[in-house]
Amino acid sequence: MDLQTLTYIFVGFTFALYIGIAIWAKAESTKEFYVAGAHVHPLLNGMATAADWMSAASFISMAGLIAFSGYDASVYLMGWTGGYVLLAMLLAPYLRKYGKFTVPEFIGERFYSRTARIVAVVCLIFISFTYIAGQMRGVGIVFSRFLEVDIITGLIIGMAIVFVYAVLGGMKGITYTQVAQYCVLIFAYTVPAVFISLQLTGNPIPQLGFGSELINSGSTDQATSQSVYLLDKLDKVVMDLGFNAYTESNWSTTNLFFLTLALMAGTAGLPHVIVRFFTVKKVSDARRSAGYALFFIALLYTVAPAIGSMSRLNLIETINGPSSSSSSESEDSKKALETAGTSYESMPNWFKTWENSGLLAWVDHNKDGKVQYAKGKAIADKSPTFAEERGPLGQRIVTNPSKGEIAQGAPFANEVFVDKDIMVLANPEIAGLPAWVIALIAAGGIAAALSTAAGLLLVISSSISHDLLKMTFAPNITEKQELFYGRVAITVAIIIAGYLGANPPGWVAETVAMAFGLAASSLFPVILLGIFSKRVNRAGAISGMLSGLIFTFCYIIYFKGVFIEPFAANIEENWLFGITPQAIGGLGMMINFAVAISVSYFTEEPPKEVQDMVESLRHP
Amino acid sequence: MDNNNKSKSSSDSDSNIYWKENIRLIFICLSIWFIVSFGFGILLVDWLNQFRVAGFKLGFWFAQQGSIYTFLILIFFYINRMNKLDNKYKEGGE
Repeated sequence: MDLQTLTYIFVGFTFALYIGIAIWAKAESTKEFYVAGAHVHPLLNGMATAADWMSAASFISMAGLIAFSGYDASVYLMGWTGGYVLLAMLLAPYLRKYGKFTVPEFIGERFYSRTARIVAVVCLIFISFTYIAGQMRGVGIVFSRFLEVDIITGLIIGMAIVFVYAVLGGMKGITYTQVAQYCVLIFAYTVPAVFISLQLTGNPIPQLGFGSELINSGSTDQATSQSVYLLDKLDKVVMDLGFNAYTESNWSTTNLFFLTLALMAGTAGLPHVIVRFFTVKKVSDARRSAGYALFFIALLYTVAPAIGSMSRLNLIETINGPSSSSSSESEDSKKALETAGTSYESMPNWFKTWENSGLLAWVDHNKDGKVQYAKGKAIADKSPTFAEERGPLGQRIVTNPSKGEIAQGAPFANEVFVDKDIMVLANPEIAGLPAWVIALIAAGGIAAALSTAAGLLLVISSSISHDLLKMTFAPNITEKQELFYGRVAITVAIIIAGYLGANPPGWVAETVAMAFGLAASSLFPVILLGIFSKRVNRAGAISGMLSGLIFTFCYIIYFKGVFIEPFAANIEENWLFGITPQAIGGLGMMINFAVAISVSYFTEEPPKEVQDMVESLRHP
Repeated sequence: MDNNNKSKSSSDSDSNIYWKENIRLIFICLSIWFIVSFGFGILLVDWLNQFRVAGFKLGFWFAQQGSIYTFLILIFFYINRMNKLDNKYKEGGE
């Protein structure tokens, strides 16, 4: 059976499964709609949280990011898992104990203020929509590459599926679909990794494989028969090509520090993750499901760096040829580099299919008909543009090539543009794995994107129907009406998300990083203080949230210019303490804490009943 | 400890101890959390990289693998301890 048919079968089967679950798990009350009736088993909730959390970014982009930035990408691994330690110990159990439906509800009641609630709703909606746009984009990429339908059709199919189970089942439907989606995505992610790890190192466990010795593939190497560690070889190969060592840091320590902090606190402050802990039966279950969630997430997150290093090595060897530098003699490797490259005609099929999708491009700078990969830019802009007609070898002609200068330290000019996002999807093809494994990846990528999108859609809808309508502007609506408005809100949100996916504003990539910074600098500190301090009051919380939010927002706008032109170039000399806009949420969080605490101490204590409420959260 | 005494004042001080022990536990766990990630994975990474475990440089390993394993152990340790605390100080069900 060919790849296309297999992919249709796999993706079709998972879709049938999701719809089946939706029909089985219809929500009858607001409690079922918002928090799945609050009796989900902690193990299942852990799985659902893992699927909810691991988005298209984790599944599709992260390993690619690691492949191309090596050690520096560790901040994503630590940041996105370390946040769960904060969640399990500082937030989840107490918010479950509080026992209501939404995050703004807690903030509104703890700080006895409608303003605080509305500020929280605004943060939540902004964070969630920027996130969803990224998910819908992921669905589009997978559909267009593997099912060869156009992105819009792919989006409409994806939206229709989410519509069925999210609108019908609410949180209940979403929870059980997410459990199924977790199983699909983790299977799809680890199976190719195991294959590739076996191929390269003979070790079936990828987490150990990328610290193992390579299997010498006989023919490549006669002079040196001693085996080489995978990471050592990778370090050497990338350095020969002019890149920095894979296992060493290229960023400033300050920036690594603040970025990790922003990602950790941002993870703990993301509303769609927090709300998952409202769905379990009791407080101890909330803690337990945070533990399970991290376990299920760690299964993917510890495999990702293995995929990153292995796919980078595979990519380089496929393009430049296996003989490039497996020997330890630098003389030999220099000689090998002179003849590096593979002629375009003999490049494997995946190279051409990804070239067709526009995420990969080749510019023959030295006109030798061979594809060569090294440090440097192959094209002039961020992404390639193509001419209508094909080149003499059948390649797509790039209309914005770079000048083809040899980058500092590189042996020759780089001729290949690779979009980071294709690494996970192309990895099984690069390694020559069977077609069913590749089809599996497609189903997994869609599962990752849909599960996160559904979770985000639900928090948007509940913050509108519950926080804005029921609790603020229309307190007289019945439960039935509230449930109806919830479904309307989720439908509208799906349509907006689909629109954003089809017409991604140029700033999507920037705003996803922004979502973390904003969650870290706005929601996380006030929730934390709301639980651990009785003294922090309304004035403190509102001023803290606003100062953290405004500081972070302005810093990002200043360098990235989301709706307007940036004020200053986004370069190291201009940054405050050398912190990138992506990492500034860490500092914003500290400002939020400082302002909230000091303002609170200069204004009057919160009322007695609020202090009693906080006290009640602290009982076993 | 007079767990059977259900009078208001004693259950108040009980939950005070419960809260203090909880804070102490959180403090210990988060210190380790900080040391393995920000400490070993970022601040001390270059120094740790001189040591090796199989094919990994140690600092690199902590940043991409070790810290995640430690997080997992920490959470399950915390869950275990808190469940014990909960049982010890629980006053007749929620």
